[in-house]
Amino acid sequence: MAEKKKAGAFDIRIVIAALIGIYGVLLTVLGIVEKQTEIDKAAGLNINLWGGVTMLVFAVLFLLWARWRPIVPVEKPGQE
Amino acid sequence: MLPQESILRLDATAIDYVIIALYFVFVLGIGHLARRAVSNSLDFFLSGRSLPAWVTGLAFISANLGAIEIMGMSANGAQYGMATVHYFWIGAVPAMLFLGVVMMPFYYGSKVRSVPEFMLRRFGKPAHLVNAISFALAQLLIAGVNLFLLATIVNVLLGWPIWVSVIAAAAIVLSYITLGGLSAAIYNEVLQFFVIVAALLPLTLAGLHKVGGWQGLVDKVSASPGGAEQMSAWPGNALSGFSNDLLSVIGIVFGLGFVLSFGYWTTNFVEVQRAMASKDMSAARRTPIIGSFPKMFIPFIVVIPGIIAAVLVPELAKFKATGSGEVDYNDALLLLIRDLLPNGMLGLAITGLLASFMAGMAANLSSFNTVMSYDIIERYVIKDRPDEFYLRTGRWATVAGTLVAIGTAAIASGYSNLMDYLQQLFSFFNAPLFATFILGMFWKRMTATAGWVGLVSGTATAILVFVLSKNGVIDLPGQGASFVGAGAAFVVDFLISVVVSVATRPKPESELVGLVYSLTPKEQRTEVAAARDRGWYRRPVLLAGISLTLIIILNIVFR
Repeated sequence: MAEKKKAGAFDIRIVIAALIGIYGVLLTVLGIVEKQTEIDKAAGLNINLWGGVTMLVFAVLFLLWARWRPIVPVEKPGQE
Repeated sequence: MLPQESILRLDATAIDYVIIALYFVFVLGIGHLARRAVSNSLDFFLSGRSLPAWVTGLAFISANLGAIEIMGMSANGAQYGMATVHYFWIGAVPAMLFLGVVMMPFYYGSKVRSVPEFMLRRFGKPAHLVNAISFALAQLLIAGVNLFLLATIVNVLLGWPIWVSVIAAAAIVLSYITLGGLSAAIYNEVLQFFVIVAALLPLTLAGLHKVGGWQGLVDKVSASPGGAEQMSAWPGNALSGFSNDLLSVIGIVFGLGFVLSFGYWTTNFVEVQRAMASKDMSAARRTPIIGSFPKMFIPFIVVIPGIIAAVLVPELAKFKATGSGEVDYNDALLLLIRDLLPNGMLGLAITGLLASFMAGMAANLSSFNTVMSYDIIERYVIKDRPDEFYLRTGRWATVAGTLVAIGTAAIASGYSNLMDYLQQLFSFFNAPLFATFILGMFWKRMTATAGWVGLVSGTATAILVFVLSKNGVIDLPGQGASFVGAGAAFVVDFLISVVVSVATRPKPESELVGLVYSLTPKEQRTEVAAARDRGWYRRPVLLAGISLTLIIILNIVFR
């Protein structure tokens, strides 16, 4: 079968992965340089670091999904 | 113009503002990208019926995940505890599954472009006009309320003046909807869903960590004024307002679970529009069913933080014990954010709240412009113009709708009680609508006259019960009055419709194909088995069964 044509650049999964990925980078960096007083606010849990790393993982998974199942234009039977 | 000082002021720093600003760049970017896909009015109002089911499914619940849901349900969590989950497990999921399995084939299969248009084809013009106008008005009022709530939160959290945030928020929503239409609204709702989860999940986990895990929360709530029964969902006496356990369970199952929620989820065009935008019948049916899976877990990141706040935040614990203080239940989520989150995650939490409030308003406006253009202007005012004209009409209807919403936001700021009443009243209106729809879909004998007479008398009943309960003639605390009001409206609509139908002449059967169950061939109300719909996880009824089983398990675990 001929290679499937990919739809235009607009795949919402990539947009979501981009935003959450940027947030992930920002929060991870913040978490690494976090002051101890902020960590103590949540009883010793470094929220920025954990949150940031999780978001990075999420962003990568979404990118993989978008690559694995790219949007393929569907020929629709004429409507009405 | 000095910003209001507040106990809730969050000390946002530069990094928090960067996170908030990034989100808005993405929101506007999506509006711009979605514009390329708009070439006719169907693209603008229904995304060209082209979206995959997971997108419309997430948008389906995001459209409802607005200010009232997030702030209101965490407040209920702080006040009533676990019983609040009924708003999700009893009051939403069963109705969403019913919409997908039973009703969607008629909505999507008949190729109507809006819920009022279904009304027109089934019952003719009087019922259609009543439905279209009341829906359009309701959306404008609710959009104004959403806008006002958003501005209040920005004012309290960040200290911006109310009018600045009203206009800024209105401008952002307006620009992405006029550009990209429903696609922009739906894609932003999906993005918003993930941002809200990214904001609230860490808050919940950090709260649970601080309170000493689940057992720690159970112990603390049991020792608090709420007592141990606040950690179990049933029988939920405080929520329903009935002191008798059995009555309370019946009230929740029939009042919240049946008349209120079925009316809301199955006839509200804001919701149904998302499913109508999907690419085929199978995807349309799966939209609410896929949405039900995240929906059943949302209470864990909305209700649980409220419960945690009531035992963890000193000001709120004092309010719960004494009934007075500087804060109240509505502040539960904000107080927990203030106490737990470091800068960075704080910015993300504020972004999540702003996203949620704006998406609520965007959903109102994107369904308003559709009904205004297709159902009111094209049908009654300016007929038979080229499609291009109605596309432009839709864009201008959005602009006009936004301006009116700014006006209703101003009214809301002056009469906050009035707005509460109006919202409550609209929740009643859905019950008679549901009665009319369900009768109309399954009883071919029901006549056009019965359609509008039933609707008007059901709505009148709802208003009567509402007035009586406000004057104290009917005295039911909690949600009791809405249960009774919606229930009475449903029954009256049903009975009057039957009586009027018997006395008047039915529509010829040939006009009802595709609209009534017994007259629609099976192929037309089930999906055509396309190659891309293979796989058990794409079968609507099976998915609905899995969802229902999960709901039963959740109810047993948290009984």
